[in-house]
Amino acid sequence: MSSRNAERSLFEPALIMQAALASVRKLAPQHMIKNPVMFVVEVGSLLTLILCLRDVMSPSSVTSPHWFSAAVCLWLWFTVLFGNFAEAVAEGRGKAQADTLRKMRKETRARKLCDGKEESVSASALRKGDIVLVSAGELIPGDGEIIEGIASVDESAMTGESAPVIRESGGDRSAVTGGTKVLSDHITVRISADPGQSFLDRMIALVEGASRQKTPNEIALHILLVGLTLVFLFACVSLVPLGSYSQLRLSITVVVALLVCLIPTTISGLLSAIGIAGMDRMLRKNVLAMSGRAVEAAGDVDTLLLDKTGTITMGNRMATELIPLRGVAIDALADAAQLASLADETPEGRSIVVLTKDRYGLRGRDAARFHFVPFSAQTRMSGCDDGARVIRKGAVEAIRRHVEALGGSADEELEALAARIGRTGGTPLAVSDGSSVLGVIHLKDIVKGGIKERFERFRAMGIRTVMITGDNPQTAAAIAQEAGVDDFLAEATPETKLRLIKAEQDKGKLVAMTGDGTNDAPALAQADVGVAMNTGTQAAKEAGNMVDLDSNPTKLLEVVEVGKQILMTRGCLTTFSIANDVAKYFAILPALFVPAFPQLAPLNIMHLSSPQSAILAAVMFNALIIVVLIPLALRGVRYRPLGAAQLLRRSLLVFGLGGIITPFVGIKLLDLLLSVLNLV
Amino acid sequence: MSMFGVLQALLFLLCITLLTKPVGLYLFAVYESEAPPLASTLGRLEQLLYRLCGVDPKQQQRWSSYAQSVLLFGLFGIIASFVILRLQQLLPLNPQHMQSVSSDLAFNTAVSFATNTNWQSYAGESTLSHLSQMAALGFHNFTSAAVGIGVALALARGLTRKPGPYGDHCVGNLWVDLIRSLVYVLVPLSLLGMLFFVSQGMVQSLSAPIAAHTLDGVPQLIPMGPVASQEVIKQLGTNGGGFFNVNSAHPFENPTPLTNFVALLLVFLLPAALTYTYGKMAGDTRQGWALFGAMLVLFVVGLIATTAAEQSPNPALAGFPIDHAAGNMEGKEVRFGVFGSALFATVTTAASCGAVNAMHDSFTPLGGLIPLVNIQLGEVIFGGVGSGLYGMLIFAVLAVFIAGLLVGRTPEYLGKKIEAKEMTLAMLYVLIFPLVVLGLSAWAATSSDGLSALGSAGPHGLTEILYAFSSAVGNNGSAFAGLSANAPFWNLTLGVAMLLGRYFMIIPVLALSGSMIGKKTVPKGPGTFPTGSLLFVGLLIGVIVILGALTFFPALSLGPLAEHFAAQYGKVY
Repeated sequence: MSSRNAERSLFEPALIMQAALASVRKLAPQHMIKNPVMFVVEVGSLLTLILCLRDVMSPSSVTSPHWFSAAVCLWLWFTVLFGNFAEAVAEGRGKAQADTLRKMRKETRARKLCDGKEESVSASALRKGDIVLVSAGELIPGDGEIIEGIASVDESAMTGESAPVIRESGGDRSAVTGGTKVLSDHITVRISADPGQSFLDRMIALVEGASRQKTPNEIALHILLVGLTLVFLFACVSLVPLGSYSQLRLSITVVVALLVCLIPTTISGLLSAIGIAGMDRMLRKNVLAMSGRAVEAAGDVDTLLLDKTGTITMGNRMATELIPLRGVAIDALADAAQLASLADETPEGRSIVVLTKDRYGLRGRDAARFHFVPFSAQTRMSGCDDGARVIRKGAVEAIRRHVEALGGSADEELEALAARIGRTGGTPLAVSDGSSVLGVIHLKDIVKGGIKERFERFRAMGIRTVMITGDNPQTAAAIAQEAGVDDFLAEATPETKLRLIKAEQDKGKLVAMTGDGTNDAPALAQADVGVAMNTGTQAAKEAGNMVDLDSNPTKLLEVVEVGKQILMTRGCLTTFSIANDVAKYFAILPALFVPAFPQLAPLNIMHLSSPQSAILAAVMFNALIIVVLIPLALRGVRYRPLGAAQLLRRSLLVFGLGGIITPFVGIKLLDLLLSVLNLV
Repeated sequence: MSMFGVLQALLFLLCITLLTKPVGLYLFAVYESEAPPLASTLGRLEQLLYRLCGVDPKQQQRWSSYAQSVLLFGLFGIIASFVILRLQQLLPLNPQHMQSVSSDLAFNTAVSFATNTNWQSYAGESTLSHLSQMAALGFHNFTSAAVGIGVALALARGLTRKPGPYGDHCVGNLWVDLIRSLVYVLVPLSLLGMLFFVSQGMVQSLSAPIAAHTLDGVPQLIPMGPVASQEVIKQLGTNGGGFFNVNSAHPFENPTPLTNFVALLLVFLLPAALTYTYGKMAGDTRQGWALFGAMLVLFVVGLIATTAAEQSPNPALAGFPIDHAAGNMEGKEVRFGVFGSALFATVTTAASCGAVNAMHDSFTPLGGLIPLVNIQLGEVIFGGVGSGLYGMLIFAVLAVFIAGLLVGRTPEYLGKKIEAKEMTLAMLYVLIFPLVVLGLSAWAATSSDGLSALGSAGPHGLTEILYAFSSAVGNNGSAFAGLSANAPFWNLTLGVAMLLGRYFMIIPVLALSGSMIGKKTVPKGPGTFPTGSLLFVGLLIGVIVILGALTFFPALSLGPLAEHFAAQYGKVY
């Protein structure tokens, strides 16, 4: 799967061959009907084909030369094929990835625990709730959650990241994915997906586009395009009787050619390719979107909820300093701080142990002597009991309450110290021994470089950023200011997060967020765009509508950009497609009418060489422009973080005005080419 | 263009622009405020009418029930007018002893006035009794305009109202809108206007025609009638159905240059003011001014084009010793001249009024093309009373859909998302016009019934056909003249065209309102595209012109364009 990350050229020869074959297969009516505009083209092409054959059979009814009807017919079929080709190329890139993924789904054996006994079964026989054992060197047989043990796992097959990751029971790093490999230790896993429902299965289906459905906006756009097609159908069909009033006999081939040139074939041919390519672009960024709807919603997001840790600041807070209260020896504080943190497996806890080890040389403890009290969200403290000695460290508030409960008191010096650290954006942790407070540990957050500029871009796009943190308001405010977010939610709990999302949504806003923990699941489900980290729990992954395989929360920003890009690409090509019609009218109508009304010749403003070459050039342009625009449809138009009015002006200039001018040039050139080659 | 013409045009534009805000505010107060103005006088009348009609003004309707009321009211009006026209010989106020109107003409006329089209296949002074003019037709002049305002308000409410505890999913009450339109707007203004018109010499009488002798001693019948009372609402309600056959070219129907000017102001007064009312309803008057701006630009372009075309001499008369600098004077009243006629023609076709003070049939091919294009753009250049606003709003929805995509958001208008359902309804609205116009034109152009009515051959005849059906479906009523439309084929096809053009467009509009009204409003931000900006005005104009041009360009090339280029070679039809 690592090939996914490699920058591949848009048109690999192998893919092109596959796509060319697929575009013929896609001519089947049951496929074409899904795209009504292109279906009209196919029906028109069929009609001209029949007429062309009839003309060959019975030359008496011939109104125009054989070669002309044959050439128009051929290019009409090309129009359909080019549209199919665009879709096939977009799908082909996904298919190649799906094949790589499918190779991973090889048949493995699993060691299933049945009533305490180990039993070897086929991985595909595993059901939800089964418990399996996996040891170093074995493949994990299915998606699940570690219920016992810790292991390093190679997930490169899934994420393309070669460095192994740690997976352990409990906490937010307990989910494992089928097909990944355990490198060390052994774990017990509870399977969480039935066969065919696994993450890998869903990923294959998504990548292949098998489960692709039209997104709401795609449907609305289709309606607009179908409506325009009907308008042009009326205009072209009525031209036959109106022409006959004017003693003008129009051949059906020519009317079909006019119709196909006018209906929005460019955007219709490329529409599904744009959607598939958008999903594909997400995948290249290692984000797996569960539906196109989610990607589209990402473009609309008004509010981004960003976890401070990992997104705005560098990973974890680190203990940088120990500050004893007056009259307390620094060694005593260091000793207590280390004891209180030994059982604290959070990165902060570990950083305290490391700091005390490095700076104060404390090591080699007899762990059995102590009774450890792990960190809990309720008490917001951790520590250990050494006989009667109660050592704790935790949030300043929590420690204050703790020592007061033991009859001690926290003096003002503690508050002052904590406030000072808080103001600088750091986090203070208090350490207590018995009923007395010893001092404060300074935990520091480091804001990521470049993040401030990034938020400025979002502000220009009209997106509000809200930092979510468990810190106290003071700390949060300092970091928020440093990072340049618009707002922050301090002392966040899953409930306040959920409430914030609902409040924003009630104001009519679309909210995006990232999360990894099980307690993030409700908020992820509530958010309009919920990006779950791949390292997160199964519950979080189920609740979100995207999974970031890199587990990089900053990705949210890119997700929004891809969403916007898809919408813009659709808009630009629609505008282009409609604007093209002006030139096509000036190419085809004079060609149709001049035989009956020689005085209409001034309408031939392009001075095309003959009626036949004019019509043929317009039809060819109409077909070729689809091919020319395939790279744009697949890559998407470039997104610039500008205000809406500026963006619109720019796009209208490039694709509106450009759309009017381009076909004049293109059709004229094709006409010149046809007459130089003496084809017409 | 003469200096006088330029001044008149500028004065006209200035007056319309200056009147838009105060009248718009007044309309807003009448329809949307808790307590309408003039409670002690007009308010009493309003309450009285509610009691008489059994209307509960507090009761609100959902879109479907509003639409039902519109349809029922229309049906009732059509049947009543049909009966009066058929039985006019038995009814009073018939000094000329007019006979019963033929059933196809009665159908056409009843539908025509009920749909605010006022297409006239007949000559009023030689067909209808005074009672028919006043009751069967005058009634519709008022109510069809009032219904138009109601539907526009319903759509505006759907777009602007926030879903809340009250008024949720309800788009207003047709009967309240109708009665308020009559009591506060149409009747008082008509009374004032009538007094003014009479002061200018317009006829207002129930007497029989006056027998007179011309200077040559030839006996002549001068038809009389309640003209002034009809004239104001004819213009104010964008009806256009004239008392006399030659409409506003008749000296009794349009006696002075001043009445000509005021009549034109009356046409644009309500359609322009409603854009401001809409802006007030949206809580942002720029929204209304943007629509006004788009209308104004399209109007001015049309005016300049028509005037330029009419100012150019007729190439067919090139060798004759006449004053070629006067422009094309064929079919024009000398009192109004080229500019007065061009201005009137542009106004009356931009707004779906349909009154005429010159014969469009005699315009130069391009001069006749512009009025036709005005109609074919969907009657949104100020348009009919109410219908101009709702037509423009549909185009705004389409423009916003494309603009939204271009800025990378799913499209929204006034903070409400435009989704598949709204697009379906908007496209239905857009489709009905070309479908009926082109379908029926194609039929008429190939059937002997259709062709026998043509006054001209070749491209000009085709223009007559296109003009008639465009005018009918657009509910304009303007006649190109030249077409002898009082025949069963034309009366029936045009009648059906008018019905489709009115009700098949109103139903999607109301449905759109109903689907928008319950939607959440997304607050505005720098990422949302501003629909009150100049850029939006440009986009809106682009959408209207491109859609209209792409639809009708082929047909127009065979009609007016072919005729125009032929005329350059001296060939006339």
